[in-house]
Amino acid sequence: MDKTVNQKAWFLVLPVFLVVAFSAILPLMTVVNYSMQDTFGNNQFFWNGVGWFKELLDPSTDLGGRFFASLWRNLFFSAVILAIEVPLGIVVALSMPRQGWSVAACLVILALPLLIPWNVVGTIWQIFGRPDIGLLGYVLNNLGINYNYVSNEFDAWATVIVMDVWHWTSLVALLCYAGLKSIPDAYYQAAQIDGASRWAVFTAIQLPKMHRVLLIAVLLRFMDSFMIYTEPFVVTGGGPGNSTTFISIELVKIALGQFDLGKAAALSLVYNLIIIIVCWVFYTVMTNAGAERRPNQGVA
Amino acid sequence: MARIDLVDLAHSYSGNAAPAESFALKPVTMTWRQGGAYALLGPSGCGKTTLLNLISGIVTPSRGKILFDGVDITPLSTQRRNIAQVFQFPVIYDTMTVGQNLAFPLKNRGVPKAEIDARVAEIADLLDLTPYLSRKATRLTADAKQKISLGRGLVRSDVAAVLFDEPLTVIDPELKWQLRSKLKALHRALDLTMIYVTHDQTEALTFADTVVVMHDGRVVQSGTPAELFDRPAHTFVGYFIGSPGMNIVPAEVRGREARIDGHTIMLNRNYDGLPKAAKIEIGVRPEFVNVAPPGSGLLAANIERIDDLGRIRFARVRVGDVKFAARVPAGFSVPDNQAGLVFDPSHVHVYADSLLVEGT
Repeated sequence: MDKTVNQKAWFLVLPVFLVVAFSAILPLMTVVNYSMQDTFGNNQFFWNGVGWFKELLDPSTDLGGRFFASLWRNLFFSAVILAIEVPLGIVVALSMPRQGWSVAACLVILALPLLIPWNVVGTIWQIFGRPDIGLLGYVLNNLGINYNYVSNEFDAWATVIVMDVWHWTSLVALLCYAGLKSIPDAYYQAAQIDGASRWAVFTAIQLPKMHRVLLIAVLLRFMDSFMIYTEPFVVTGGGPGNSTTFISIELVKIALGQFDLGKAAALSLVYNLIIIIVCWVFYTVMTNAGAERRPNQGVA
Repeated sequence: MARIDLVDLAHSYSGNAAPAESFALKPVTMTWRQGGAYALLGPSGCGKTTLLNLISGIVTPSRGKILFDGVDITPLSTQRRNIAQVFQFPVIYDTMTVGQNLAFPLKNRGVPKAEIDARVAEIADLLDLTPYLSRKATRLTADAKQKISLGRGLVRSDVAAVLFDEPLTVIDPELKWQLRSKLKALHRALDLTMIYVTHDQTEALTFADTVVVMHDGRVVQSGTPAELFDRPAHTFVGYFIGSPGMNIVPAEVRGREARIDGHTIMLNRNYDGLPKAAKIEIGVRPEFVNVAPPGSGLLAANIERIDDLGRIRFARVRVGDVKFAARVPAGFSVPDNQAGLVFDPSHVHVYADSLLVEGT
């Protein structure tokens, strides 16, 4: 079939282009613009080149120090919640029922935390953990455990991590459950015939078959925890001191607290870049793993 | 290696209390000898996979017993029954190589490493998998994967029986033949009891020395392919096996005569004493009815079309409002589609309520 060459077709793309331009490209370019300038208020701007970026990436400066401190904090936080939520999610998925009314009940219960807005989750835990009126804080303190997330760094971290696990383990569990459900019964029957132990069934069948959903779960949970803002902000406000100040909280402090638009813009761009790079790495890993698994015509 | 006895075996997925007619497998008692090749043949939902799963232990029977070499294994788990099963879709362990896949059942049973290696090498050789032993199993084609599934069953030297659940469904047609002859060769070489479930009569008839035909949860006939062809015990066997299937026609049978459409066909035996209330039919395979020019003494028929199957031609004819298939002799042609039917009396069977009646 001959295709008609019709350049007017480009006009059909125009609305999308305009929407994307106004919603994404222009705001992003504004940020790029700010990141190159300094302002002393009064809407007066001065050219600063890559000065903010140099400062940001040099840990000896105030800005760089704060950036790296919050970056490591944030990476540590992501690592901890991944290390808890992924195995826990797998265990929850494995112990869920396969059929009957209890499946629906489990799914609803698991989905509940996912439906609660972030700041509500934060508020729930903020009150829950208070030593004076919160159930958790009150009980712990009466048991003789000196728990106070406002003054103790460890308690603050523990609260933020437990809160995230409470909020998001369901997501990992639901994804894993979907992965498990897609394994045909024949695999379990074959494993039974082959005399496989429960552990062998897990390592030889269930884990490999969940490989894809697990990658998605890890990606989603990493991105979300790396961008976390609302919940720790509501519970600890980044404290005590700066101990739970993650990158986004630091960013808001710089941008809105100090009104340092140039520094905040530079930080935003670097932050964005990190996320894009991590996404790209994950995407590459996932597609390569897929290619490796595609059967080829190697055997006649 | 075992003789398998099914004693009054029955199963219902809704429990023992379910009405007898709803059972997925109605009570069956039969013996399968050690080293035999059996096929369970029947349409979807006839209970053949249920029967297979009962033998492998995936499903526990509602009633009855299964004996391997005289030992009741009904309460034993699949693991302890020493059977191998090849499923409809290839089951392979994704992360393992072909060799690790084959070694898996032995490793699980704590067999020493040297023994595992020797056994895997032997089975891989038998299945022509040796060149792929160190390859990832996921990267192979469907037929190679089915061979691995089969190999995992065969590596165990003590395996009582190998069960096949429509194993060629996902295999390309030209490879089906290869794999099927491989199975036959393995059966001869290893002296294993093999049970093969299929709905494809060609597969069943070429694979098995005994074909068990199932219909609606019942075993309707068990016999050699020749027996199923020559003397179908049930009208279902008649039309399910053979292409085209057997002609089954309502008839009045008295003594040595059957009357269809006012015309009398002679029978080889005497059928006095047929049950009065029963539905009487005669069954004759198209191969034993010839089309001839119309004549007196022949059953008059209208030819609707002629199917040319290459080495044989079948006419689709109509007698009154009954449809019939009949063989067309070489060089036969009729200008006006009118013909007579010539029956071979030794192959005309009489059925009462669908069951074969032995004449005297």
